[in-house]
Amino acid sequence: MHRFANPARFQRLSAAILPWTAGATVILLIVGLYISLIGSPRDYQQGDTVRIMYIHVPAAWMSLFVYVNMAIAAACGLVWKHPLADLFAKAAAPVGAGFTLICLVTGSLWGAPMWGTWWVWDARLTSVLILFFLYLGYMALVNAFDDPQRGTRAGNVLLLVGIVNVPIIKFSVDWWNTLHQPASVIRMGGPTIDGSMLVPLLVMALGFTAYFITVVLLRLRAEIVQRKIQTMRLTEAQG
Amino acid sequence: MTEFFAMGGYAAYVWSSYALAALVMVGLLAATLKALRSAETTLKALEGSRPPRRRRARNGAAASPAAEVGEG
Repeated sequence: MHRFANPARFQRLSAAILPWTAGATVILLIVGLYISLIGSPRDYQQGDTVRIMYIHVPAAWMSLFVYVNMAIAAACGLVWKHPLADLFAKAAAPVGAGFTLICLVTGSLWGAPMWGTWWVWDARLTSVLILFFLYLGYMALVNAFDDPQRGTRAGNVLLLVGIVNVPIIKFSVDWWNTLHQPASVIRMGGPTIDGSMLVPLLVMALGFTAYFITVVLLRLRAEIVQRKIQTMRLTEAQG
Repeated sequence: MTEFFAMGGYAAYVWSSYALAALVMVGLLAATLKALRSAETTLKALEGSRPPRRRRARNGAAASPAAEVGEG
């Protein structure tokens, strides 16, 4: 892994990968949108509102996936002092926050017609809201220090502490009584959801993942350039 | 076609979900690209102004380093 952690090598590598991930994002999302909106049946109970699921569930998966990735990067950043690991967490945070926001709002838009309420303070919804605040808190913390290294270190600690929230979100539907339905895809004994709905779900999830990789690579490139500018200004200021 | 847009009476909920997701994702991508472009432009400008600066620093030992900072 250390070979890829060199920023100059990363810039070359990411330039080679980016066209592929960008292309995959476009194709997967176009196909995903088509089968989500047109190519899949409406639910016999929920009617067309089931189509909200193809946005809501992949966004929820991504909100956790991105967070776990950031926490792993935070651990690497703290232990091995990897500049790229710190930058990854910083670059991924707004994307993770965006997915969490999409998850929360689409959940609300789905809950309003199906549950009869926009919001309830139950375990699943509250723990996801906490995840959203963890993202926002991390972004605020990283930018709160004059010294960027102190900022990322404080942010990394927050990410590692906040990881306890991840299993709480995942198992909240099993541990507590909640209005939210239990898992129907990632569960012991295989998915209980019908294939005609599982396929659009998975295609959208892959599309979101490709989107995440593309945007994070772009953001990492920007962060590396930004660091370079900082060092150049610093060496100039020191004469 | 109208049936498609009506979404079985749930048009407001379904379409606002998809619109929000599109808005967040496209907005984030646009902001990212904008930040990347501006950072690259700044870097290029800095690198472009660097070589003459170095030469000047080598030749004119009398020039105070503090005077150069302000130009950046």
